Amino acid sequence: MSGEKILEINNMHVHYGSIHAIHGINLHINRGEIVTILGSNGAGKTTTLHTISGLLQPSEGEISFKGQSIKNLEAHKIVAQGMAHSPEGRMVFPDLTVKENLEMGAYLRNDKDQIAKDFRYMFDLFPRLEERKSQLAGTLSGGEQQMLAIARAYMSKPELLLLDEPSLGIAPILVQAIFSAIKEINEKQKMTILLVEQNAYAALKIAHRGYVLTTGEISMQGAAKDLISNEEIRKAYLGH
Amino acid sequence: MQDIQFFFYDLLQFLVNGLSQGSIYALVALGYTMVYGIIKLINFAHGEFYMIGAFIGLYVCEYFLKINLSPTTALLLGLPVAMIGSGVVAVIVEKLVYRPIRGHGRISALITALGASLFFQYLGQGTVGAEPKAFPTLISGDGIEFFDGNVFISNIQMIIMAITVSLMIFLWWLVNKTRIGKAMRATSFNKNAAELMGINTDRIISFTFFLGASLAGAAGVLVGMYYNTAEPMMGLIPGLKAFIAAVLGGIGIIPGAFLGGITLGIAENLVVGFWISTYRDAVAFAILIIILLVKPAGLLGKNVKEKV
Repeated sequence: MSGEKILEINNMHVHYGSIHAIHGINLHINRGEIVTILGSNGAGKTTTLHTISGLLQPSEGEISFKGQSIKNLEAHKIVAQGMAHSPEGRMVFPDLTVKENLEMGAYLRNDKDQIAKDFRYMFDLFPRLEERKSQLAGTLSGGEQQMLAIARAYMSKPELLLLDEPSLGIAPILVQAIFSAIKEINEKQKMTILLVEQNAYAALKIAHRGYVLTTGEISMQGAAKDLISNEEIRKAYLGH
Repeated sequence: MQDIQFFFYDLLQFLVNGLSQGSIYALVALGYTMVYGIIKLINFAHGEFYMIGAFIGLYVCEYFLKINLSPTTALLLGLPVAMIGSGVVAVIVEKLVYRPIRGHGRISALITALGASLFFQYLGQGTVGAEPKAFPTLISGDGIEFFDGNVFISNIQMIIMAITVSLMIFLWWLVNKTRIGKAMRATSFNKNAAELMGINTDRIISFTFFLGASLAGAAGVLVGMYYNTAEPMMGLIPGLKAFIAAVLGGIGIIPGAFLGGITLGIAENLVVGFWISTYRDAVAFAILIIILLVKPAGLLGKNVKEKV
């Protein structure tokens, strides 16, 4: 781990109309890490991700990516800088085939040979996607759509990959497959990952560090192995 | 026996008329449906892009004839100029008028669109005047007769249908086979999801307005040629008819606009031919009411189910 901060957020506030959703959070991600943001429904996890990727604008504070401010950049420009976001609810394009969805992920790329290699890599990682590559994405199961959403975000070959609740509404056996794929992408491709999760146990098992978000504020942070054994976390998120 | 034969000729003639009329509705309806598909706006100013296309075509073709180009050349050059002209006007309208109110609710957008429509109607009356202007004759009134002259297809009708079919094929190719077409489909599914692919959705929305308005502009030129006239209010009724066609086929669905346009054109001409010709507009609006009551998603529309 090089220790360089790929993403740094300082005192970020976000408002939804008159609702003050995020109350001045600070967090950072080092290059090469998997960092997870945990929290219950409505804690502001998705809002945080949307603000990082430019779908929402912060009302106050600073967000910098690779040392440059990205605060008021449009989302598509942030993608061009090397960040990809697999959104909550997957948002795969239902009327496009699996292959076309992955092509959309590579929308900004021109390096045909490398794109072909990345297709191969994703199909090896998620063999189900290859089996269904000519099928419309709308006909896939929830778990397959989640794999597609991750693979699609990967296809832009980002330096930082944001994943929003990859375990949501998915059969437990697939959750395991998806988390080991995330771990592999991080280890083999050296891709930095920000993972937002409600499934704290699965997330902490693969993450290096974690933050706990409670009603728009960071209530706890630390190394994943410390958080997993923390009494409060066990009670609140791990159910024992 | 003879009665049946003449009924058959009549039917065929009105089907031909309906097809050419329906082609025009389809061209205009496509723009309605594409813009709706991408930003959920019923662009009531869309009929005005058709009017603007007709006027650009009128003046440009007049000029081409004045510098002694042949009528066919004038049409072949004038049509794309009118299409690009309408498209550019639409892009400007989107940027100055619709973009600032995006995200302020659909009712505001709808009212703004009505305002834009009135603006162009009165701008036209204020500049070129309210009286109809003569459209230059580019195509002779000849045609082909069938069944001893009982069924007639004019050259202009053939050209209308040929141009419509060519533009449809082009549009199909553009939407389904090109990068920008895929970006349009992605944006119309979900603007945020498209942004996250790195798609500049503002640019895709501009392009969609351009494309829709240029098809309407082409329809304006064709109708100008057909009736030999253009006037500032000419977009009002065809605009509404095209809206009906788009809803009939299923708004937001591109093949639906084509189907809706052709169906409406044929239905109207059968009313004219076999019933009372002044009922034609009433029947068109009755079709709108019936489809909204019976199948609001349109002929090709499906009920949207969400997967959780």
